[in-house]
Amino acid sequence: MKKDIILAGVGGQGILSIAAIIGTAAIESDLHLKQAEVHGMSQRGGDVQSHLRISDKPIHSDLIPNGGADLIISVEPMESLRYLPYLSENGWLITNTNAFVNIPNYPNYDDLMNTVRAFPNHIALDADEIAKNIGSPRSMNMVVLGAASSFLDLPYSKLEEGIKIIFGRKGEKIVEANLEAMKVGREVAEQNK
Amino acid sequence: MKKLLLLGDEAIGQGALDAGLSGAYGYPGTPSTEIIEYIQRNPEAKERGVHRTWSANEKTALESALGMSYAGKRTIITMKHVGLNVAADAYMNSALTGANGGVIVAVADDPSMHSSQNEQDSRFYAKFALMPAFEPSDQQEAYDMPKLAYEISEKYHLPVMLRITTRLAHSRAGVVRSNVLQENKMHLPEIKDQFMLLPSFARKKYKHLLEIQKDLEMESENSPFNKYFEGSDKSTGIIACGLAYNYLMENYDTCNYPILKIGQYPLPRKQIQRIFSECNEILVLEEGMPLIEEMLKGFLGNPKIHGRLDGTLDRDGELNPKKVRKALGLPQLPTNDIPELVAGRPPALCVGCPHTDSYKSLTEALKEYGKGHVFSDIGCYTLGYLSPHNAIDTCVDMGASISMAIGAADAGFFPAVATIGDSTFGHSGITGLLDAVTQKSNVVIIILDNDITAMTGMQDSQVNGRIEQICEGIGVEKEHIRVINPLSKYFEENVKVYKEEIAYVGVSVVIPRRPCIHVYSKKKRK
Repeated sequence: MKKDIILAGVGGQGILSIAAIIGTAAIESDLHLKQAEVHGMSQRGGDVQSHLRISDKPIHSDLIPNGGADLIISVEPMESLRYLPYLSENGWLITNTNAFVNIPNYPNYDDLMNTVRAFPNHIALDADEIAKNIGSPRSMNMVVLGAASSFLDLPYSKLEEGIKIIFGRKGEKIVEANLEAMKVGREVAEQNK
Repeated sequence: MKKLLLLGDEAIGQGALDAGLSGAYGYPGTPSTEIIEYIQRNPEAKERGVHRTWSANEKTALESALGMSYAGKRTIITMKHVGLNVAADAYMNSALTGANGGVIVAVADDPSMHSSQNEQDSRFYAKFALMPAFEPSDQQEAYDMPKLAYEISEKYHLPVMLRITTRLAHSRAGVVRSNVLQENKMHLPEIKDQFMLLPSFARKKYKHLLEIQKDLEMESENSPFNKYFEGSDKSTGIIACGLAYNYLMENYDTCNYPILKIGQYPLPRKQIQRIFSECNEILVLEEGMPLIEEMLKGFLGNPKIHGRLDGTLDRDGELNPKKVRKALGLPQLPTNDIPELVAGRPPALCVGCPHTDSYKSLTEALKEYGKGHVFSDIGCYTLGYLSPHNAIDTCVDMGASISMAIGAADAGFFPAVATIGDSTFGHSGITGLLDAVTQKSNVVIIILDNDITAMTGMQDSQVNGRIEQICEGIGVEKEHIRVINPLSKYFEENVKVYKEEIAYVGVSVVIPRRPCIHVYSKKKRK
């Protein structure tokens, strides 16, 4: 078993929480893991990415080779495309469709979504809207994680465990909200696969 | 055994703690910050009473650590690569005083300059100082190395360097802990004059440092971190340092070329000689500048050696699997291009950031003088260079804003304005301000006080709550120390304050004071 995942988004959108939960789930499943992330200046509203590698054998590189990623999981549509050089031929693109516009030259939204949808293996969902509808707008990232969950080759229960461990200190309510968001994200993705 | 999921930085912190650490010193700097942050929140460190507060800058950190070593205890100093320039005076001389309790100088380099002003390679400093250095290839080695590092440090009475780079510093993996060593008991150096660098002593100590180089080389030859892997295909031998080893092995299930994996310096002469004589060509993979490659190649060159100097690898920037694959002559995997419509998304000041308002009013106050008047510094506020702010004109090194403004004013430039963050002011701005006061420079120093060291992720600022007193103590006239509130509703007032202080001939300090929005929202949540 080996999964190479690029997580993408804009600083502050919560991709590191997604990474932490998948990472915890992988460690709880006795798998090897490497997860490279971005700290420092780039975090301030810039594009951020994390390379997450899971395997049942030891992993060498902290970075995923170009053309080697099985999945791109993105919480922002334009950011999902920035890392296409990493995606393998049969890889999947899973992205939130809600644009985060903090630059003046953000592309035309229809062109952007057409480019995403032109990609054969993709799942696109408005995770912000879904999170809002279930009453926890801050759990957008967990909706996206849910959408990706069936591609991870990790038991779903381990992801739930990951949420409990990572958000545990924030209280029961937050844990529940995040579990629910992941579940709904998974369901929506199943319907749209 | 249960694994801890740790960043490379955190693995160093845990490794040092488990190797009997008594005190950690440092100044925050990407990508080194998480070493001390980890030690700060570690419950065992708390229970043991390990010293773990931030220092004013890297030099004071290193000197404090030397004091702890003098008292016989094990210590670690952490900094980013350019921080070692600030600490260099203490660092170079610490190779002569040596250590009593073990000393690790942990330096995190930032090739490709993700969050830095240059990509200098700290291994050159280790070689320059004739100091041993360790370079982990993964999180487990980052955890394991402090134990051997302290052992060597105490055996040879010499500080040692532990060098990592961004990718390892900020990458997480499972780490297995080993036994926890007791902290040293306090004991003064056995040699009475060990830390006394009067010239006559220093000369002797330097001779001694030169003499033990052969022993340090032997330690490297016997080190578990320098490994020779046999290979049947001797057309090429590969020397891979630290992280570069991973990028190499990423390409092979079994590599047929002989490999020398380097994790401890000075270079292990025996193994280098072996790979050199055994193989027709040598490929050197280094994360950073071509240190080993240049040593092997020599000034007159050797066509057998390949790496960054002959274009086999890019001369600059960090390594990655793609670059190493190319250097090995392997085909790239099929892949997609980035669609043209994807636009760049550079980092930016956060929505609601106090610096935005500080800059807006400053830019307005300076409008009549044209462009190019603001010398700035290192921190979040450096992003004020970018649109839509376009508010500052320089960024060189910690503290340079004030000193450069002084020099420009000396040249007759008016107005000469400096913007510097509160933490940067504590780090290296105070001495510049002293110059300004002594020389009665005609400058306006703007200390952007957001209550925190924000860029590196919210560490305490050393001058918190004392900025006015410091300025006054240095000799800035009280009526020209002006505190303003950088909010858009005070825009007109703030422009006026700036204008008044620009008009004043002499040293003015303006302090726009409003907490970083991340500090503010954290406090609000509590």
